[in-house]
Amino acid sequence: MARQMMKGNEAIAEAAVQAGCRYFFGYPITPQNEIPEYMSARLPEVGGAFIQAESEVAAINMVYGAAGTGARCMTSSSSPGISLKQEGISYIVGAELPCVIVNMMRGGPGLGSIQPAQSDYFQATRGGGHGDYHMVVFAPASVQEAVELTQRAFDVADQYRNPVMVLGDGIIGQMMEPVTMPDYKPRNLPEKTWAATGWKNDGSRPRAVINSLYIQAQDCEDMNKRLQKKYDEMAQNELMVETQMMEDAEYAIVAYGTTARIALTAIRQAREQGVKAGLIRPITLWPFPTETIAKAAKQVKKMLTVEMSMGQMVEDVRAAACGACPVGFYGRTGGVIPGVREIYNQIMSMKEAE
Amino acid sequence: MEQQIIVAGFGGQGVLLMGQLLAYAGMLEGQEVSWMPSYGPEMRGGSANCAVVISDRPVGSPKVEDATAVIAMNRPSMEQFEKNVVPGGGLLYNSSLIEVKPTRDDIRVVAVPCNDIAQELGNARVANMVMLGAYIELTKLFPMDALVEALRHKLGPSKEKLIPLNRKAMEAGAACVHKA
Repeated sequence: MARQMMKGNEAIAEAAVQAGCRYFFGYPITPQNEIPEYMSARLPEVGGAFIQAESEVAAINMVYGAAGTGARCMTSSSSPGISLKQEGISYIVGAELPCVIVNMMRGGPGLGSIQPAQSDYFQATRGGGHGDYHMVVFAPASVQEAVELTQRAFDVADQYRNPVMVLGDGIIGQMMEPVTMPDYKPRNLPEKTWAATGWKNDGSRPRAVINSLYIQAQDCEDMNKRLQKKYDEMAQNELMVETQMMEDAEYAIVAYGTTARIALTAIRQAREQGVKAGLIRPITLWPFPTETIAKAAKQVKKMLTVEMSMGQMVEDVRAAACGACPVGFYGRTGGVIPGVREIYNQIMSMKEAE
Repeated sequence: MEQQIIVAGFGGQGVLLMGQLLAYAGMLEGQEVSWMPSYGPEMRGGSANCAVVISDRPVGSPKVEDATAVIAMNRPSMEQFEKNVVPGGGLLYNSSLIEVKPTRDDIRVVAVPCNDIAQELGNARVANMVMLGAYIELTKLFPMDALVEALRHKLGPSKEKLIPLNRKAMEAGAACVHKA
């Protein structure tokens, strides 16, 4: 397919449809409104359904129901709306159902602002709702990558019967970049024998029961152990990270999403001044590229984490570096986007501080 | 080669569209491009701006601070973004609506009476295309045909009849650069 200019939100929606998503449930919020808008027009064309729910809580529970039938389905929102969906997400994890959730983050806490932010990192990577759980969290840094990761998210969700989150900052949703829609082919996935598709009492299969309640403590612990095994497999199989100019780097910048793009330009400028800086960009935030960072920490003099938050991923970076090198932090938040010059100055001051 | 462009004006002037056309034309010419709008609680008559990067390598920051060119369609935009032009860069301003002159003397300044020219052509709404014509003439970034092609894509077949007027507007804008 030819290269075309697409807005991030619309590209994500089209990618989802091409990956077989047929059901979308959502509630409007800036800066992700183009996803439901696009879906409302597109899904009826492919025999799917779009529902604007009465609230985010309703939307995620509609996803819960649709996922129970084995259909590919998704929802999207932005930070305050994702907070409202947390109970439903926890239930979907407990019932072991696949779905895709997109969060185009905006400034918080509370209603915050409508401009880009990355301050839902903790919520996305630590579970967000109640109970022990994890989701694979993808953090695209371009519109093209958003498309590829959205399609991958559906596969990962189906493979492990677990929700998957695509975590973008508002810029990813709002900007336009050239996109080539991939020729999507699903990975080799298990059959959905668990799906509730209408039971016939003919002995062909056991009844499908969608449930997250285990009233006996031992049963509930057993479920958690079963889930944990899945998380271990996800951590083993689904990790994605990109490094640039790290071979000879003396300073490493760790950043994800659009922030990594801004940092990349600052790193290129620092390189022009002879400062050997490099970029580590986690593509999955969970699982986190701990080993890549641990190895780099033994190589570089200093690390700097840059985020559109007051400092969230930096905790994982510090844990991974484990004292092997100092890890600094620079962040802008509330919808303010850090500039190239700010990050460049941070890199140069790391060098000068020696 | 990397062009970093800020296009700014008030809502309704077609500022976001100008940026989209530049990015789209850049893509048609085989370049890497990004278009990033400043989105906020803006409305018609409020301020609007977007950042466009056109590069021969994968675009790093889609946010532009050090602009190779600033296109200012109204006075508040020129006052806000004049400082962002890199030395030697270009500042194109809509002299129909901006009665003051830019203060920088280390950049190339081009006055384009966009609204006046558009009026002469018989349609005030092509003022933004006048400005794009001037920008392309100044930078020689790509042929004007790429821009026309981008517009054709944006308008769709039902509005093909509008292409000649818009092309004329671009050509009139281009002519301004040499008068300056």
